[in-house]
Amino acid sequence: MEPLLSLSHLVKHYATQKAVDDISFDIQKGSIFGLLGPNGAGKTTLLRMITGIFYPDGGEIKLEGKHFDPLLDIREIGYMPEERGLYKKMKIGEQALYLAQLRGLSKAEAMERIKYWFEKFEMQSWWNKKVEDLSKGMSQKLQFVITVLHEPKLIILDEPFSGLDPLNANLIKDEIYALAKKGATIIFSTHRMEQVEEICDHIVLVNLGKKILDGTVSDIKQQYKEYIFAVETSHPELIKNNALFDIIEKEEKNPNKVLIKLSHAVASNDVLKYLIEQQIPITSYNEVLPSLNDIFIQLVEDTHAKARAFQNI
Amino acid sequence: MHKIWIIIQREYTSRVKNKRFLIVTFLVPLLMVGLIVGSAYFSFKGTEERKIAVVDPNGFFKDKLKSTKQLKFEFPKDVDTSNYKEKGYSDILLMPLFEAGTKADYILRSKKSMGFTLQEKISGKINAAIEDQMLEKAGIQQNVLDSIHSSAQVAELKAYEDEGKKSKESNAALAMGIGYGSGLLIYITMFIYGTMVMRGVMEEKTNRIAEVIVSSVKPFELMLGKIIGIGAVGLTQFLMWIILVITLTGVGLNLLPVEIQDQVQQLQQSNGQMGALGMAQASESAKNVYAIQHTLATTNWTLIIGCFLFYFLGGFLFYAALFAAIGSVVNEDPQDAQSLMFPITMPIIFSYIITNVVIQNPNTPMAFWASIIPFSSPMVMMARISYGVPTTVPYWELALSMVTLIGGFLFTTWLSAKIYRTGILMYGKKVTWKEMIKWAFAKS
Repeated sequence: MEPLLSLSHLVKHYATQKAVDDISFDIQKGSIFGLLGPNGAGKTTLLRMITGIFYPDGGEIKLEGKHFDPLLDIREIGYMPEERGLYKKMKIGEQALYLAQLRGLSKAEAMERIKYWFEKFEMQSWWNKKVEDLSKGMSQKLQFVITVLHEPKLIILDEPFSGLDPLNANLIKDEIYALAKKGATIIFSTHRMEQVEEICDHIVLVNLGKKILDGTVSDIKQQYKEYIFAVETSHPELIKNNALFDIIEKEEKNPNKVLIKLSHAVASNDVLKYLIEQQIPITSYNEVLPSLNDIFIQLVEDTHAKARAFQNI
Repeated sequence: MHKIWIIIQREYTSRVKNKRFLIVTFLVPLLMVGLIVGSAYFSFKGTEERKIAVVDPNGFFKDKLKSTKQLKFEFPKDVDTSNYKEKGYSDILLMPLFEAGTKADYILRSKKSMGFTLQEKISGKINAAIEDQMLEKAGIQQNVLDSIHSSAQVAELKAYEDEGKKSKESNAALAMGIGYGSGLLIYITMFIYGTMVMRGVMEEKTNRIAEVIVSSVKPFELMLGKIIGIGAVGLTQFLMWIILVITLTGVGLNLLPVEIQDQVQQLQQSNGQMGALGMAQASESAKNVYAIQHTLATTNWTLIIGCFLFYFLGGFLFYAALFAAIGSVVNEDPQDAQSLMFPITMPIIFSYIITNVVIQNPNTPMAFWASIIPFSSPMVMMARISYGVPTTVPYWELALSMVTLIGGFLFTTWLSAKIYRTGILMYGKKVTWKEMIKWAFAKS
């Protein structure tokens, strides 16, 4: 299938930094795509090129196989910035109407869709309120509605759940799934790895302006697995270090659970066989895959890039 | 183009619907009238009285130094610098031994320091007294002198300016008033609406609205929409003021006592030339009302209001673009805005100072250049136009000034758009003037 958005060799240089330095990836239609990276990795610059705010210095962006033209294609994109992005003193109804019209909807069309979404999110009573009267979570909801109002093909969400309680976060999460099901493609930019694991099909990790990871969540976890298994037994003291594995730690909360790391090129079944032969009563035996969080920290820490240094180019 | 119209509409209606706009629109004219009436009232009533003891060793000034309401001269004995305060005098004036032909100093000592105008008045009175003394010595009787003084005040300077074959009564005082008033109005509104544009841009930047909007609208459209919308708010305000002033004057005239209204009407019918009898009948206030109406009627209001609206809009567009550029580079800290605004507010303040000079001398080379250069032309040209077109300001000067102003705001808009485009999406970093200039002149 042809990808919805395809970036090839994108470059954007600022005076003192290579903000985006030769990044390429594809985003499949209808997928939920996670764009990850530490602060200052180049995520915002990348998003701004995709939203047409910046022109790339090099490389090409293709939308549905055609060269991306910000002026024409912008109607197909909905962008929700991390926070704010609304006029504080403007009434909510007028604001939604205004922003929808700027996206190219006619007044009647905009009105109809606003009513639909306001009803769905139970926001009708907000119409004449001002944004400054809303809580952070409420304005986040409004921001989401405004982003998807013009039914864009590509929805870009920057930290959409910040400030939302679990109830409202679930509400938005369900909408994200529903939109993806209907065929919209979603780019999801965040630092919260547990959300990425839960929501995203495919992720890309950028750091120092370069892509360092690209793949589906499960593939990446397989790729970075460290052959760690959790063994649960009523007699944990019987498990000892040997040629097959090393004990990493015993969990304090659950003293019956022992984490072991297999030695190089040892099959997991051999370990299980060994444990059974030792007459250890096993209640569970399963592989522990690294969390995205662990992978993220490992990859980013390796580059010593907690603070990105400026370089002369 | 359609989107820019949506932006203009929002900028306009969100401001005009605001309560503050209505309050300012109705309160400012009332405040202005109050200010004028109040300052006129206090300049008549609120002056201090000074009781001055005159020490006049050769009795030279007695009866010659005339007291007025404000200045009471007395010639007591036994008063000197050590005790004039105790004797109830506010000042003491020590006269020298007067000898004709020699220049002598008079010494004034005061309990509280005396203002400059009062000092001028006293020295004028002393000089007049000496003059009278000399005339008397030359053989002119006191009563002749008095009648000369009183009849000399009857005459009044009527100035006419020759414009082709016609000659028109000119009224410098009114021209000055109009010129000063419109210059001041442009000055104030330029600040108010200029900073309004700046604050609007800052709001969009700090609230990250720009990031959302700029993805669907070009930065230039967003900036221009804001400037035009706010300019339209300014125009609306002026139109409402003009209507308000006309209505208020109408109401004010109707509130005059009936006999004065009648007299004013008679004066109008006879073109101000009533018979001696009629003239005497017309009360002082009716004559004043007629005089004001008459001079107002001789002024070319269409030209002045037309030019005013043009120069307000031109000046606004010229500076608003610069204010927008400043707003776009400011981060959350309003203090940055203050220091960045300085180079833009300086020329506005400086133009206002020039206006005050030009209003006295509308024909100097400085007046000419300041009314051509777009930095100062909105205010300075308005000051000159009130003296008359084409007498004081020839048509070609007016045209040149307008063309340079239009060129000027096209240039500042173009320049600012380039700064704005980069600045509006730049966060966290403090932008220097050097960088702004670099953005402004960067190609593409």
